[in-house]
Amino acid sequence: MEIKKPAMAGTLESSDCLVTVEAGEGKIDFTLDSAVINQYGNQIRKVVYETLEHLGVKDVKISVVDKGALDCTIKARVEGAVFRSLEQKEHLPWGGAIR
Amino acid sequence: MNPNKKRLRRTMMFLNAQKPGLIKDPYIYKPDSIMLDLEDAVAENQKDAARFSLYHALQEIDYRGVERVVRINALDTPYWKEDIRCSVAGGCDAIRIPKTESANDVKIVESAVEFAEKEFGRPQGSVLIMAAIESARGVMKALDICEASDRLFGIALSGGDYTKDLQTHITGTGIELMGARQNMVIAARAAGVQCFDTVYTDLNNMDGFRQDVQNIHLMGFDGKSIINPRQIQIVHDIFTPSEKDIIFAEKVVREIDTKKAQGIGVFTVDGKMIDIAFYDGAKRTIELAKASGVYKGDL
Repeated sequence: MEIKKPAMAGTLESSDCLVTVEAGEGKIDFTLDSAVINQYGNQIRKVVYETLEHLGVKDVKISVVDKGALDCTIKARVEGAVFRSLEQKEHLPWGGAIR
Repeated sequence: MNPNKKRLRRTMMFLNAQKPGLIKDPYIYKPDSIMLDLEDAVAENQKDAARFSLYHALQEIDYRGVERVVRINALDTPYWKEDIRCSVAGGCDAIRIPKTESANDVKIVESAVEFAEKEFGRPQGSVLIMAAIESARGVMKALDICEASDRLFGIALSGGDYTKDLQTHITGTGIELMGARQNMVIAARAAGVQCFDTVYTDLNNMDGFRQDVQNIHLMGFDGKSIINPRQIQIVHDIFTPSEKDIIFAEKVVREIDTKKAQGIGVFTVDGKMIDIAFYDGAKRTIELAKASGVYKGDL
């Protein structure tokens, strides 16, 4: 999948995260802001990269501002931002690229 | 028949599917069901994001036996079809249809659910349906709605929209809801499905809430929609048979079984006249006690 326009999903509320995506420069450019970066930074990075891999996104600038989100929330926000950038809201690949 | 169709549903707690902080651990409060809301609680520009949140919550959070019902958007919106695909793919237990006004509304959703079960490889018939009734027309069509699908396990009154349609408002006394409540319970009982009452929104009036729950319990409802964990224990206390009720029900069942064998139709238990008409009610009390986890007898 190709990021078509900048998009974001999520909030800065507790247990959530705010994910922003925009077109990359030939690679995944990941930035993370989290109060628990020392404890969970690697895990959050792993979830973000896995989710992008499932979606087939290889070229993106992605920023995550974490407020204590569970893995399932991080996945949901990354997917939410990516599909918003594609402007796709129907016929989504539940159980396929979204998993 | 799906074995979950008649499960215990004293409390159905509404949760905004778009809020991770709400949907990550509601099982700790032990409601019988949670209602993951894609409809009114979710802002128009967050409908898409709420589905991703819902899908992964359904897939990854262990709700520890709490039933997971999803309230989809209404059939006159562009959202409901994708809501159903997402919910069924995620593994929800049931779909709640808002603003149901006819048997056809239920059949339309039934068809989409069936299609989604095939698309996502879920067993046919595994996803149940319930219908929320929110208008005068819906109340008048309650029996048709109850009988529209084998998947339908119950109907629920949505008091806010219903009172608007009736050109009145929620007073806290229940007067404005009396006709709808009575009509819906009768329709549900006639069709053999469950019936659930509307939410009570004044969280600062717990005495009023308790009175409301007592009233709908006496009217025959199976449970109540709730909006806060503080309301759960009150509903469960009122809807769970007391020890006195259980002991009496056991006596009634045992005495009717014994007396029937002796050819006696009418007799007394604890000074009360009893005949066969009391049998089903007593059995139901024991079944409810079992489902609520408070029965220790051997019937």
